[in-house]
Amino acid sequence: MKEKIEALARQFQHELSGAGTSEAVEKLRVAYLGKKGSVTALLKGLKEVSAEQKKEAGQHINQLKKQVEEKLSQQVDAIRAAEEQRQVEAAEQYDVSLPMDAPEGSYHPITVVQRQLEEIFASMGFTIEDYKEIVTDYECFEAVNIPKDHPARDMQDTYYLENGQLLKTHTSAAQNAIMRKYGAPLRAVFPGRCFRNEALDASHENTFFQMEGMMIDKDISISNLIYFMKTMLSEVFERDINVRLRPGFFPFVEPGFELDISCTICGGEGCSTCKGSGWIELCPCGMIHPNVLRAGGIDPEEYTGFAFGLGLTRLVMMKYGVKDIRDLNSGNLKALSQFTHE
Amino acid sequence: MLISMNWIGDFVDLTGLDLDALIKRFTLSTAEVEEVFHMGENLRDVVAGKIVSMEAHPNSQKLHLLKVDGGDKIYDVVCGAPNAREGIIVPFVKEGGMVDGQEIACATIAGCESHGMCCSERELGISADHSGLMELPEDTPIGKDMTELFAIKDLVFEVDNKSLTNRPDLWGHYGIAREFAALAGRELKPLETVELSAYEGLAPIEIHVEDTELCYRYSGLKVRNITKKVSPVDMRIRLFYCGSRAINLLADLTNYLMLEMGQPMHAFDCAKVDKVEVKRFDAPFQFTTLDGTERKVDENTLMICSDGKPVAVAGIMGGLESEIEDDTDSLLLESANFDGVSVRRSATRLGLRTDASMRYEKTLDPEMTVPAIGRFMKLLLDIDPDAQVISRLTDVYVKHYPQITLDFDKAYVDRYTGIEIDDARILETLRALGFGAEQSGSTFMVQVPSWRATKDVTIKADIIEEITRIYGYDNFNISTTLSPLYPKKKSPGNKADNFAKDLLVQRWHLHEVHSYIWFDQKKCKELGIAPETNVRLINAQTPDHEVIRTNMGPTLLSFLLENKSFGADFGIFEIGRVCEGLGEDGLCKERKKLGIALYSRTRSEKELYFELAGILRTMGREIKRAELSFSNTEPSHAWQHPRNTAAVSYNGEALGWLCTLHPAVLGKIDKKAAVACAQLDMDTFAAIPTADTVYREPSKFPGIDIDLSLQMPEGMTFGAMQPAWEDVDASLLTGVTLIDSFEQQGLKSLTLRFAFSSQEKTLSKEEVQPWVDGIVEKLAQKGVALRG
Repeated sequence: MKEKIEALARQFQHELSGAGTSEAVEKLRVAYLGKKGSVTALLKGLKEVSAEQKKEAGQHINQLKKQVEEKLSQQVDAIRAAEEQRQVEAAEQYDVSLPMDAPEGSYHPITVVQRQLEEIFASMGFTIEDYKEIVTDYECFEAVNIPKDHPARDMQDTYYLENGQLLKTHTSAAQNAIMRKYGAPLRAVFPGRCFRNEALDASHENTFFQMEGMMIDKDISISNLIYFMKTMLSEVFERDINVRLRPGFFPFVEPGFELDISCTICGGEGCSTCKGSGWIELCPCGMIHPNVLRAGGIDPEEYTGFAFGLGLTRLVMMKYGVKDIRDLNSGNLKALSQFTHE
Repeated sequence: MLISMNWIGDFVDLTGLDLDALIKRFTLSTAEVEEVFHMGENLRDVVAGKIVSMEAHPNSQKLHLLKVDGGDKIYDVVCGAPNAREGIIVPFVKEGGMVDGQEIACATIAGCESHGMCCSERELGISADHSGLMELPEDTPIGKDMTELFAIKDLVFEVDNKSLTNRPDLWGHYGIAREFAALAGRELKPLETVELSAYEGLAPIEIHVEDTELCYRYSGLKVRNITKKVSPVDMRIRLFYCGSRAINLLADLTNYLMLEMGQPMHAFDCAKVDKVEVKRFDAPFQFTTLDGTERKVDENTLMICSDGKPVAVAGIMGGLESEIEDDTDSLLLESANFDGVSVRRSATRLGLRTDASMRYEKTLDPEMTVPAIGRFMKLLLDIDPDAQVISRLTDVYVKHYPQITLDFDKAYVDRYTGIEIDDARILETLRALGFGAEQSGSTFMVQVPSWRATKDVTIKADIIEEITRIYGYDNFNISTTLSPLYPKKKSPGNKADNFAKDLLVQRWHLHEVHSYIWFDQKKCKELGIAPETNVRLINAQTPDHEVIRTNMGPTLLSFLLENKSFGADFGIFEIGRVCEGLGEDGLCKERKKLGIALYSRTRSEKELYFELAGILRTMGREIKRAELSFSNTEPSHAWQHPRNTAAVSYNGEALGWLCTLHPAVLGKIDKKAAVACAQLDMDTFAAIPTADTVYREPSKFPGIDIDLSLQMPEGMTFGAMQPAWEDVDASLLTGVTLIDSFEQQGLKSLTLRFAFSSQEKTLSKEEVQPWVDGIVEKLAQKGVALRG
């Protein structure tokens, strides 16, 4: 019996080495392990073996069976691997460096900067408000303490409509409605498109964006205003910004300030951008005028607040070095399609 | 406005202080200084020199050879000035000296050596006069340095006029000096004036203020026997440094007074103007102002008249006829106060903004008119002691401003500033600025001075500004607010806009643009888009821009046209505002709209149209979980395609439209290209409530798909077929999708897949058949047949 088993093992080894395809291996499997296979036949033949030899012979046959199974499976794997290797070698190697089309849309740069600002303000607890562009005289002027005969209301600055309404000249036109909507305490920013009736050139547009903000609560002070502006602008410019306040006159604030920031180009040393002064005039701000609070339904004896106006269009021009303001409303995709992400 | 520190020095002693640093403080506490000029810095060794002899130049007709006594020695000088002559004393730059920043070296001019240079006023930098050498008085000490003889050295700075708009008191040197006094903690000297009560015995001037609405005060004085014609050099230098121009003594004095006190004055020739009426005329008329221009003056303009004849535009400019001339020896001096708004509007109408009108429009202090006359007389009599006053001070004071007293307590200041400023400092600051300030316990009582009380300081918060600006904002301790933080949600509008932009840019690769709120008629015309009527601007820069846009289409289409070279296939969008006419309240119906326009030379119009519909559908699903409806509709604009314009709605509420273009308009953009355009009302869209996702357990049982091939009658749409399966339980019919669509012999066919599934069991074909039969039956009623 032992000889028989060994002979069969040798024969299998021989035949296996000749089985180069998965079909040949399968044939071999049937020939040895199938119902009528040689190994199966050996097992069947155990019946005739004597009882004392049976155990040992059985072990040998099972060993052989296991060996055959393993080798067959190894052979299958080897054949598959060789096939895959052939496929790999036959495969085309792609030229990833080819200039492929990768379509990209673009945001208007105003959107990009507006979102950055909105994110900063949202993180500081400000609500973000949207407002109309066509407003009443009351909203744009009266409610923000600009009296009837103020030069800002003259025809040369403001676009008037034939129904008596006007195109808002500043985002402050939204102050009253927002105060009335929320009351105090209040933290709000309101970006918006503003209009001034003037001739266009590289630095003047009749249609531009501002972003205005207000913070109103009990005991809001000038000290808080300076602190807030410094913190906020440092976020906006992503560096530590020094601010300086000068008196500035705007009817809706008292006191009103012109806020200068340390020059972002030279850091305050003095350069051509800041005309050697080390400071750049950035935005008007101030303590909200008591008349404005009152018009908004907020008691100025109980609450104080500050407001500031950022020139969104100007920030875009500063950030990206846009030299001609007219590019922004031109619809020229050669200019605008560059702003592909936030 | 230009400010001379020498002039400031007349009123406040700033010796020993760093003036440049003080001017910086001025910027931070009062008004923005734009530029500082160091006058007379570029002069060296310029002395009074006497021309002791003059000979003709051997080689030149024009030039002369001079011998000039420079005090230390006699210099040989070549000079070409027309007024050079023996015996006169002139400014003389010695060899090695400097004038106008240029060093004067020994030079050979036309063959003769010159060891210095005689100067004109312009070369000295003290006037624009370059007609000849400046001639100095006979008694001028020879050899004396010019900068010692005259106040040529000065620190002059320019203040941004815009930063002075609310400060009428700062439009003259005296007001600026008051600021410096407060900033430096030094005393402000009173103005030296002539006591006018001395003339009370004289006859008054006939001054009749007819228009008591626009003329607040009119003060006048007559003077005669003025013999001096030329202003002193130092006065002329100040005028020049401050941007004015010396003319003659009387004109110079009125200008000087204006620059000093901020009070515009006018000097009429007494021979021509003897009495004064202040009034408006009933009808427009022609009037020649002293700049020689004939102007049309309308009935809203306040005029100064004499004997019914107009002689000056009040507060703006005098008339040519009554102008002071060089031989004028008597004058009627006007020192008046007019309504600021009226002066500004008149100046705008006349296109004539003068130094006087600029000041009046700031609302000047009417208390100033009389002291200004007193000051004028002081200056005049100092220069020309023979001048004789021939009228009493005549003063018609029509409108007084009320006195303003403000009370506030210390806690108010603390709360507003957020820092601690001590009581003494508050009082000191306010008093230095001319306020009457008293304290009683914790209460401050403040009297606003007349020069701040015309509009500038009216409420407590204005006082805070006075205290804090002098304290200095850069001296503030800054601190964060202690007010609590309240969480804030984004408004639905803001959220929808941003979400839409992200989808359009990131998923559909569109480009965001910005345009204008009006139709550009010129561009519309290029596109063959007929003008639409809507509310108009009454003062547009051009009539092409006066109609407010009713929709986003035309602006976007013109951008497509202008961007054809950008690419063969691109799309743009804008979220902007339009006006859909006027509401019943007469106000504009302003709406926020999303406009989209697609352009392609590589894809068909149909593809673009369906892509655009897909974009809108995706927006509805992703932003609002809402299924938008689309249906063919009549175009609302002539440029839209009559057949392919669709209404977009949600739950029966109109949201917008999408369309292809009328061939006439498409042809103007690009005959060979495809264009599709859409508009969505973002106000309505944002207001759609966003339903929460309702979670459904995934069914454990396989569903069953039934495909129906349908033959559609003419004009039938998918949307019109939808009611056929609306009755089927939505929890069982989980979807209807388009598998195929084709056209054969002019008839449209669709293959639709109806997906059925149940949460409870595996559905068999037999179970769904009755539903399918129902659908087929309902479709048959609409004329839709099953294909074989």
